[in-house]
Formats: sequence, C-alpha cells, structure tokens
Amino acid sequence: MIKQISVFLENKKGQLADVAAILGGKNINLHALSIADTQDFGILRLIAENPEAVAEIVKDAGYICSLTDVLAVSVPHTPGSLAHIVQILSAGGVDIEYTYAFASADADRAYMVFRVSDNMTAAALLSGEGLKTLSEKDLFAK
Amino acid sequence: MKYYQPEIECASPEQIRAWQDERLVAQVRHVYDNVPYYRNLMQEKGVTPDDIKGRDDLYKLPFLTKSDLRDAYPYGLLAVPTSECVRIHSTSGTTGKRVVAFYTQEDIDLWDDCCARAIVAAGGTKEDVCQVAYGFGLFTGGAGLNGGSHKVGCLTLPMSSGNTERQIQFMQDLHSTIICCTPSYAAYIGETVKEMGIKPEELDLKAGIFGAEPWTEEMRRDIEASLGLKAYDIYGLTETSGPGVAFECCEQKGMHINEDHFIAEIIDPETGEVLPDGEKGELVFTSITKKAFPLLRYRTRDICVLNRTPCSCGRTHVRMSKPMGRSDDMLIIRGVNVFPSQIETVLLEKGYSPNYQILVDRVKNNDTLDINVELSPEQFSDTVKEISAGEAALANDIKTVLGINPKIHLVAPKSITRSEGKAVRVIDKRKLHD
Repeated sequence: MIKQISVFLENKKGQLADVAAILGGKNINLHALSIADTQDFGILRLIAENPEAVAEIVKDAGYICSLTDVLAVSVPHTPGSLAHIVQILSAGGVDIEYTYAFASADADRAYMVFRVSDNMTAAALLSGEGLKTLSEKDLFAK
Repeated sequence: MKYYQPEIECASPEQIRAWQDERLVAQVRHVYDNVPYYRNLMQEKGVTPDDIKGRDDLYKLPFLTKSDLRDAYPYGLLAVPTSECVRIHSTSGTTGKRVVAFYTQEDIDLWDDCCARAIVAAGGTKEDVCQVAYGFGLFTGGAGLNGGSHKVGCLTLPMSSGNTERQIQFMQDLHSTIICCTPSYAAYIGETVKEMGIKPEELDLKAGIFGAEPWTEEMRRDIEASLGLKAYDIYGLTETSGPGVAFECCEQKGMHINEDHFIAEIIDPETGEVLPDGEKGELVFTSITKKAFPLLRYRTRDICVLNRTPCSCGRTHVRMSKPMGRSDDMLIIRGVNVFPSQIETVLLEKGYSPNYQILVDRVKNNDTLDINVELSPEQFSDTVKEISAGEAALANDIKTVLGINPKIHLVAPKSITRSEGKAVRVIDKRKLHD
C-alpha cells in the first residue's frame, strides 16, 4: 500500500499550474498524476516520494488536501494485464473507485494505481495470483 | 453592576409610556417646526402637531424611508443649525447614495448611554478591558461602542477593524475581557486564533457584543466556542443613532429596545398597517430624544417580532427578535421569498463554512440560484462520488427550506472574499429595478 496525495481544485484557470509550480519550487518530483474533473471542481491525485511532507506543502499553500491509501501494482507491459487484475478484484467482490497507470523505469513493466473499496482484501486477492502490491520503498528504490 | 441606569431600564410600563407620550409630543412639534421636508409630508397627510397627543396617535404620522433620506441628502432632515451639531456619521452607501446623520453633543451623550447599557448587560464593569474592533470613522460601530465603554469606565482599546494578528496580540497582552465587532469579523478572529494555535481558554474574553449585520444562532454558538465567550447581539442603525437602539441581556432571548429614546412599531410592509405585538412584520422606529436628526416613523426594512412579556433579567423595555431578514434584501427568486439567512442556517447545520455567496441571475426569463460554498477539509474526499453526494445532499437540504433548487458550487477554503466589515453575501445580476 502507498499513500496518494489528493488535492481539491476549484474549476478555475491556473489551479493546476499553481500546484505544479509550488511543488516544482520545493523540488518535488511527481511520479504519477491523475485528475478527476467535474463541471465544478477537480481532484488532483499525486504519487510522490515522502507524501506526508508533500501534503504539508500543499496544505500550507491553502489547498484542501488529504492522504489516501491506494494499491500500487507492477504489471507486465502486455495486452490484457489490466483486464486480468480487474477480473481478479471484481471476482473477489472488491469495487474499484478509480485507477490510473504510470511508467516504470523497467521498459517491460508498468505501474497501476488502484483505489478500491477494501485494500486488505484486494492485496490478498492479488498476491494469491502472484501479483505483488508495492510499498513506497519498492516504488522509490533507486 | 447589573444595570447601567436601573431607574430607566427597570421602570414600570406606565412610566415608560408617560415618557414616550410626553417626548413624542415635543418631538413632533420640534420636527414640524424645523424640518420642512417632514412638515410637507405631514401636510400631505393632513396631520398637524396638535393631532399627536401621545403614543396612540403615532399611526397618524407619515413614514420615512431610506429613499426619503437620500432625497433629503445632506441637510433636508436636519432639525437644528449645523452650529449645534458636533459630528456626523454615515451609512456605508452599499445600497446607493450615502445617508448622513447629524449629532448634537446631547445626542452623542444619550447614544453613549444606550451603548453603555448594552455593555453592562453583557456583564461589563469598570474592571473590564473592552476591545472595540468595529470600524472607526463614518461607520457608527466603533464610535458608539467606544463611547459606551468610556461611560462604563472600561479600559477601552479603540482598535477599529482589521489587522487581525495585532487584535489577537493586544487581546493577549492587555487581557481584553470584552470584544465588540461585527459577527463575521468575530468569526474571522476566531478562525485566526485557531490557526495561530491559541486555545480559547488562553484568552481572557468573557463577552462579545456583536451587531451591524444579520447573524444566526448557529453562528453565535460557533463564535462562543472559538473565542470562549458569551456572545451578545446589539442592534442599531445609523439613521437612528447607531448601535445601542436595542441590546441583548444575559437571557439572550431578544434585544431590549431603549424605549425611553425610541418608540418601536411593527407594521405590515405591504400595507403600512400597524400590527399587534407578537406579530411578524417590519420594524419602524421613532426617535423621541434625538435633537439633530430626529426621524419619525423610520422604516428599518428589518423583519422582526416584538415581545412584551416580562424578561427575567428585570429590564422592562420591550424586546425585539433578531431580524429574520430585511424586507429589502429579501430576494424573490422564481416568485419565492428567499432570505440569505435561511441559506446560512442550513450551511451551518450541515457543517459548512458560514462564508458563502449567493448569485442570482436570470437566464431566458428563468431565475437561477447559484451558491458558492467553501469546502472544508472534513468534507473533502479523494473520490468525486463522495464530494458530489455531499453537494447533492446540501442542494436538497436548501431546497427543502427555500422551496427552490439551488446549484451548489464547492470552492476552495477562504476563496470567497472575507470582509473585515460587512460581508457581501448576495450578488443579484438580474437588474430587476431601475
């Protein structure tokens, strides 16, 4: 399990640029980013090293921000990998709220982030199928 | 010290009535003789000073409204030569042209007495340190409470509004026990205190005297908790002097109107007919002691109820309810009467920030109601589903109260402009008037 930084964005010009500039200015490297948007607001989801510190920086800049436990899974960079995971989770009765992917240093693998209804059950289901959920240490190992 | 002027504040109803009868008769004569503008209004209605023999004849007199005050600007309602006046105050002018009110030295003394009654009713004595964080200047808030605080003998801190960190610094260093300001500024100070990591019990505040804008019971509880004090309401308007026309006692059940200076009536805002005590309607004031700017039957546009049942605090003067809205900032949206305070009540009940903004517009002959609401960290979620569900639930709660469907827009905390004076709550873009 890893911690995702979730940030509330008002639907107005320059919000994302502002957050990006704040983090850039603090020398924070973003590993993954996803935005959920509605007509009115957006939720920015970030994966970065030392999420607690990143969350503090964002909060200090006046944004509403929280840390969310999500699952990060390393999957083979091949067709059907995502379908496989979704099938495992859905067969095990775990709901997926949202998911997004990001590139890994290893060209043969990709990382998937899952926000699910039950992290423990999901991790157990995946590991039963030989799919490892990553810790922060795994993810940010140099 | 329980009362500032016990012989007046606890006078018998018969005594109060005798004062009112006598002072009204003299005041009508004074106005008739010295204010051509009002004399014309009386003549148009066929009333002469001889027709007014006491309070029961008040209904015969014509009303004054804010537009009369604008028409008569600046000297048209002045009843003494300017050489007799020592000061002016003025309204904020947010609803149009400014209104200027004049004061003789005696007017100011009596006004200060009214404010002193309010401070003593909130538990103030000469041992107290009273921080006046209402704006000073043309606005009556600062001057009124400052004068009242002097009369009580409090150590007075004439802070004016703004510079919130300095307010809190003085509060700590000089051990302020009473704070006077607008309720929205009190809420802002409370938030800042929290942000600075100061606990309410670390402050010496025991009472707050808050007025000059509408506020709700929920807001009272929030302010009381965030600053660790008991919050008292005070009522007044520049046109009748300023704060101190009416004030809350320890019972916090309505505000005692200073009836030795003002006669209050409740009228039907549509017909102008006087309503019996206990009925809801528009509050009308007649100043019976002011010399420079004595308004007779001034329509406040505040909707409230008068209560003549005895108060356990011992004061005998009639109590007015908190204004339930203003008949002129009441919005009519899709034919429905909407008071912004209704929306505020729902927001506070549901745990949202009382800092909101109502936007009314008309699109293709249909009124739209949009409400910007600040999201709080507690309500934030990383899923759209949960935030949208909260939004929908809030829209539904507001619809239940108002009878019309609002569109809620969640915005970032502190993104709605905060005033350190009066808050701009409503933006009506429909231009239905003028």
